[in-house]
Amino acid sequence: MSSVAVEVRDVHKAYGDTRALAGLSWQAPEGAITAVLGRNGAGKTTAVGLCTGRLRPDQGSVTVLGADPRQTGAAWRARVGVMPQIAGSGAAGVYPSARVREALALFSAFAAQPLPVDSLLERLDLTGVAGKPWRRLSGGEQQRVSLALTLVGRPELVFLDEPSAGLDLHARLSMWELLEELRASGVTVVLTTHTMEEAERLADHVVVIDRGRTVAAGTVAELAGNDRRSLQDVFLELTSRPT
Amino acid sequence: MTALDFTPAPAAAPVLRQVGAQTRMELRLLLRNGEQLLLTIVIPTLLLLVFAKAPIADLPKPRVDFLVPGVLALAVMSTAFTGQAIATGFERRYGVLRRLATTPLPRAGLLAAKTTAVLAVEVLQVALLVIVGLALGWSPHGSAADVALLLVLGTVAFSTLGLLMAGTLRAEATLAAANLVYLLLLVLGGVAFPLSDFGGGVRHVLELLPIAALTDGLRASLSTSASLPLHDVVTLCVWAVVTGVLAARLFRWE
Repeated sequence: MSSVAVEVRDVHKAYGDTRALAGLSWQAPEGAITAVLGRNGAGKTTAVGLCTGRLRPDQGSVTVLGADPRQTGAAWRARVGVMPQIAGSGAAGVYPSARVREALALFSAFAAQPLPVDSLLERLDLTGVAGKPWRRLSGGEQQRVSLALTLVGRPELVFLDEPSAGLDLHARLSMWELLEELRASGVTVVLTTHTMEEAERLADHVVVIDRGRTVAAGTVAELAGNDRRSLQDVFLELTSRPT
Repeated sequence: MTALDFTPAPAAAPVLRQVGAQTRMELRLLLRNGEQLLLTIVIPTLLLLVFAKAPIADLPKPRVDFLVPGVLALAVMSTAFTGQAIATGFERRYGVLRRLATTPLPRAGLLAAKTTAVLAVEVLQVALLVIVGLALGWSPHGSAADVALLLVLGTVAFSTLGLLMAGTLRAEATLAAANLVYLLLLVLGGVAFPLSDFGGGVRHVLELLPIAALTDGLRASLSTSASLPLHDVVTLCVWAVVTGVLAARLFRWE
C-alpha cells in the first residue's frame, strides 16, 4: 500500500451526552479515493470535522498529511481542500449574495498557484451561472460551485462530505468522472457517501462506520469476500439494527 | 468539457493578497446590501437633514453644529456595530466563517479585512455627512487628529461589541438585538436629543454608553473650544478593552 495521507486512531468524540464517535480508526492511502460509508448519524461528518481541524477529539489521535489538524497553519490548509455537506445543511459556507465568479475569485486569491477560474467554471459547467448569486443557484449548481471552491487552490488532499447528494444522474456521472480525473492527477480524495454505487465505482478503499466505530475497511473486493456479495449487502449486514 | 490540470500545486498566497481579496469581498457585499445601506447611509443622512431643518426638538443653536457630531457617531455605530454584527452573525449561520477557516486565510487576516472594510465605509459616510453638514451651514472647529482618534476608538469599541454579539448569539437573535440596541442608543445616546434632557441620575448612566461618549467627545472636539474630553476617551477605551476581551474569549466560529 502507498503511504498514508489520513490516519484516525481510536478517536472518541461526544457532543454533551451524545456519543458521536466511540473508538473510530481508519486510514486513507495517498493518491487514492477513500469512501467513508455509514448510516445517517453514524459519525461521518464528525470524522471529516476531526480531519480538517474543525473538531477536537476527546480521545485518540488524528494525523493528516503528517500533522495534527488542530496544530497546523496556512501552508497545511493550502494542501487540504474541504467541501462541507450542503444538502439540507443550510450552511454551505458561501456568502448567499456572492456571485459564483466572485466567490471563486476570492478562494483563488488565497492560493499561490490557483487553477484558472474561467477554465474551472467551464470544466464544471458553471460558465452560464458565473454571474448569478449563490442563493439563486439550484442544488446541483451549488454542489458544483462548492466543489470548485474546494479545488481552485490545487490541493493535494480533498475531503468531500456527500459530494453527489442531491445531484441528478447526469450531474452525478459527471462528478464521478471529475473525481476519477482528480485521482489520476495525484489528488487524494476522501468522500463520505450514502450511495453504494458511488463507492463501488470510485473507491480504492472503503471504510464503513456504524455508531461511531469502524466496522469494516478494505477494497470493495475485500469487503465482498469470496462469495462476491454486493457492497450494498455487506453494508446492510454490517449496519443493521435489531428492530 | 475542457481538460484542466488538477496536479496538486498547493501553496498559500501572500497574506496581504489574501486580506486584500477578502476586504474587496466584504466591501462588495456590504455595498450590495440594501438594508445595510439604509442603515449606514440613508438613516444618518436623513436624520441630519430633517433635524437640522424641521423644528422637531429643542436643540442648542446652531442646530447643525449640534447635530453633525451626533450623526457622525451614529454612522460609526451603524457600520461598526449594527451592520457588522448582523453580517457576521449570518456568516456564522451560513457556515461562511467555518469554511473560510479551512482556507489559508488566517483568522487575523479575516478580522483585518472586516476592519478595513468597516473603515472604508466609514470614510464614505464621514465624507457624505461632512458635505451635507457644510451645505447646511455647519462650521467645524478643532483638531482633525482628535476627531480621527475618537472615530477610530469608537470603531474599535463598536466593532468588538458587534463581534461579541455575533459570535455568541444565534443569527436571528443578533439581528433583533443589534437593531434594538441601535434604536435605543440612537434615542438615549445624545445623538439627536441632548443628554441634558434626562434627569441627573439617568444622565450619568447614559453618559457611560459608547455612543454617548463618542458623541460628546466629537461635539467637544468640533466645538469652538476644540477640547478633547479625556473621560470620553477613557470610556471608549474601557468599552473596547472589555468587549474585545469578551469577544476573544467567547466568540464561536460556528
